[in-house]
Amino acid sequence: MLYTLLCYNDESFTSAWSEEKNASVMSCLGKVHAKYEKEFGPVVRLMPTTAASTYRKSEKVVTDGPYAETKEQLLGFHVIDVDDLEKAIQIVRELSDANPGGAYEIRPIMLFYPNGAAVNDG
Amino acid sequence: MAEVPDLGWIESRLVAARPRVVAALLRYFRSLDLAEEAFQEACLRALSKWPENGPPRDAVGWLILVGRNVTLDQVRRHSRFTELPDERVISDDEDVEEDLATRLDESQYRDDILRLLFTCCHPDLPATQQIALALRVVSGLSVLQIARTFLVSERAMEQRIVRAKARIAQAKVAFETPDPKERAERFSAVATMIYLIFNEGYSDSSPGSDRARLCEEGIRLARLLLRLFPSEPEMMGLLALMLLSHSRKRARYAEDGSLILLEKQNRKLWNRAAIAEALAMLDKAILHRRPGPYQIQAAIAALHARATRPEDTDWSGIDQLYAALQHHDPSPVVTLNRAVAISKTQGAQAALVMIEALREPLGGYFYFHGLRGALLKQLGRTSEAEEAFQSAIGLAGTAAEAAHIRDHLDELTAERGASAGTP
Repeated sequence: MLYTLLCYNDESFTSAWSEEKNASVMSCLGKVHAKYEKEFGPVVRLMPTTAASTYRKSEKVVTDGPYAETKEQLLGFHVIDVDDLEKAIQIVRELSDANPGGAYEIRPIMLFYPNGAAVNDG
Repeated sequence: MAEVPDLGWIESRLVAARPRVVAALLRYFRSLDLAEEAFQEACLRALSKWPENGPPRDAVGWLILVGRNVTLDQVRRHSRFTELPDERVISDDEDVEEDLATRLDESQYRDDILRLLFTCCHPDLPATQQIALALRVVSGLSVLQIARTFLVSERAMEQRIVRAKARIAQAKVAFETPDPKERAERFSAVATMIYLIFNEGYSDSSPGSDRARLCEEGIRLARLLLRLFPSEPEMMGLLALMLLSHSRKRARYAEDGSLILLEKQNRKLWNRAAIAEALAMLDKAILHRRPGPYQIQAAIAALHARATRPEDTDWSGIDQLYAALQHHDPSPVVTLNRAVAISKTQGAQAALVMIEALREPLGGYFYFHGLRGALLKQLGRTSEAEEAFQSAIGLAGTAAEAAHIRDHLDELTAERGASAGTP
C-alpha cells in the first residue's frame, strides 16, 4: 500500500533553525530513511512558502504565497510503500523523533505515476 | 497524547515567536519596555506550563494573551498605568487557547510587526542604534551578545539601547493603522534596516566571528515580512539578495581568516539550496514588473551565482544591470561596482577612467582604493598601484580586508623582484 507522509510544521520556527540544527535534523531523518530503505520512495522537501505562487481558479489570477494561510505549513512529503497503516505509523513515529514539532498527515495514495507518465488502463 | 517537548525545543519556539508576540504587545502597551517585560513573563509561564501540558497549538496567540494578562495584572497592582486597553479584549481565563483565531487575525499581526520594526528604525535614531535596538527587541539577542557582536562593553551597549528607547518614547510612533502611502514608507525604512543588519554580519562573517548570525537574522526578518506581505517585489528582491550573498559564506574565507575574492572562490562550496531559493524569489519578483534597487542587486548577484566558473560570468548583463541600478538609485558606490563590470567587458583602462571621477566622493572608501590599485596593477602601473593599495590598507575595516590588500602588495613586490632579476 502506498502512502504519502505529509510533513507540517510552523515554518517561522523551522526557518529560524541554525545551519547546524538544520544539518542535525536532516541527518537524523537520513538515518530513518536508511533504516527503511525498502519502504521509502520519493522524498521532497519544499522551499519556504514565501517562494510559493498560487493560481486561483475562480479568479484566474496568480497570487504570491501559499494557497492556505495556516498556522502550520506543508514543508515536504515522503512516499512510502508499506503493508499496512500500522507500519506507516511506526515509520512516522521515528520520523517525528528525528524532526520534532508539527504533525505528519498519513494519506493513502490513490494514483501514483512516478515518472509522470499516464497509465493506460485499457 | 500531547508531545512532551524538551526545554531546548521550547526555547527555540519562543525565539521564533518573539517578533510577532512583542509586536502585538507593543500595540497593547504602547511602550517597548512594557512589551518586552510582558514577553518575558509569558516566556516564564511557557517554560513552566508547556512541559506539563504540551505546547499550545497556537504558540504565538498563547504568548500574546498570557503576556498581556499577566502584565496588566501587575500594572493594575502598581497602578501606574492610566490608559487601560479595552476591557472586552482582556481574558481572565486560564485556557486562552479557545477562540484565539477570532481575536487575533492575521491582518492585525501585519501592521503590528511592521510597526515594531519601524519603531526600531525610526529616522531619529542613528543606524548603530537602530540595529542594536532591533537585535535586542525584535530578535531577542541579549545585551551581552549584541555588545560582543559590535566589540563594545556590555555597559556601553546597554546605554546605547536605553538612549534609543528614550528617543523613541519621545518621537511618538503612530499606532493607528497606517494608510497605504505610510505603509509603503515604513516598508522601505524597514527593508533598509534589515539590510543593515545583514551587512553588519556580512562585513565580517569569518568562521568564529560573532557577527555571522546577523546574516541569518536579516534573512529571518525578511522571510517574516514576506509571509505577512507576500506581494512586495522589493522584499522578495532583498531576500534573494541576502540569500545569494549568504550562499557564499563557506567560500568567502580562507583557513587563516583572509578574504577570498568572488573570482577565486571554490564555487562548489556555495550553498545551492540558498541559491535555488533566491532564484525562485527573483523569478516571482520579476513577474510584478516593478523593478527596484534590491531586485536589481539580486539580479546581479544571481548572474554571478549562475556562472559555474568565473569565466562564464555574464559581465555585459551585469554591466546593464548596474546601469539600471544607476538609474534607480544613483550613487558613487554603484558606479564603482559598475566599473568592475566595465573592466571585464572593455578593459582596465576604461574602468580606470570611469572611477577617476569618484575620487572626490569615495576618497575615504576602502573599496575605491582597492579597485583602483587592482586596475593600475593590471595596467602594469606598479608604483601607482602600490600607492593605491597603501591607501586602501589604511582604510580597511576588518583584518580580512587588510590581509587581502597585503596579498596584492606582496604580488607586486614579487613581480618587481622578478623583473629586477631579468637583464
